[in-house]
Amino acid sequence: MLPRFSQVLDFQAQALLLRADRQRLIASNIANADTPGFQAREMDFAAALRAATAGAAPADGALRTHPAHITPTLNLAGERHLRWAAASQSSLDGNSVDMDRERASFADNAVRYEASLRFINGSVRTMLDAIRGQSQ
Amino acid sequence: MSLMNIFHVAGSAVSAQSQRLNVVASNLANADTVAGPDGQAFRARQVTFATHLFGATGNAGVRVSTVSEDPTPGRRVHDPRHPGADAEGYVTFSNVNAVAEMVNMISASRSYQNNVEVMNTTRQMLTRTLQMGQ
Repeated sequence: MLPRFSQVLDFQAQALLLRADRQRLIASNIANADTPGFQAREMDFAAALRAATAGAAPADGALRTHPAHITPTLNLAGERHLRWAAASQSSLDGNSVDMDRERASFADNAVRYEASLRFINGSVRTMLDAIRGQSQ
Repeated sequence: MSLMNIFHVAGSAVSAQSQRLNVVASNLANADTVAGPDGQAFRARQVTFATHLFGATGNAGVRVSTVSEDPTPGRRVHDPRHPGADAEGYVTFSNVNAVAEMVNMISASRSYQNNVEVMNTTRQMLTRTLQMGQ
């Protein structure tokens, strides 16, 4: 019983971490909406979550096949799954931030983050109910 | 904590946009100034933004890299009775383009609002995260 609960919690925790990183990414894009030459980035969330929950095996990054190989240090949880966002309308200063899309993604990501939080809260409440039992 | 960095990113953007707004305000305030005794009128200033990285990938803030002066010559008006007129009777005004400055102002204020909204949303998300499990 308990391992199943912790599995659910672990999955939602991974999703929460990736959501927070994606939120940071979108915030950077919004902050640089007026910076000349800035290239917007976007996360392939489905692939990042699949890789994060399947274990530490790199999906499409460099594999360490020799002990002397350097392990790349990843600062962002889904860093391997970052893509360059294509501008829907090109601008003269080389900036590829699409403000409408970024704002929509930001709102969408915030709601999904909240959803993950509620799933975690629900699991915790279920577990607490099971611990307390019918006595109260 | 990943969400905390959003405040740095959005904060740097808000600060850069407010500097841009400040420059626009000083340009607009000097839109009608005339050249002094040295013959040099006020020149419009423009800010240039550059990406400022905060270490980790994905933390791309903004900073003002340069504040440059507009090199175009000022507007010259023939008005010999003006106290600022030169020997030929011309008055040199500043080279501020009021319409362009107004457009710049609206753009800066919209970007400012966007980043404030980013901070508000992040604050809500952090508050909810702190209440996790309660």
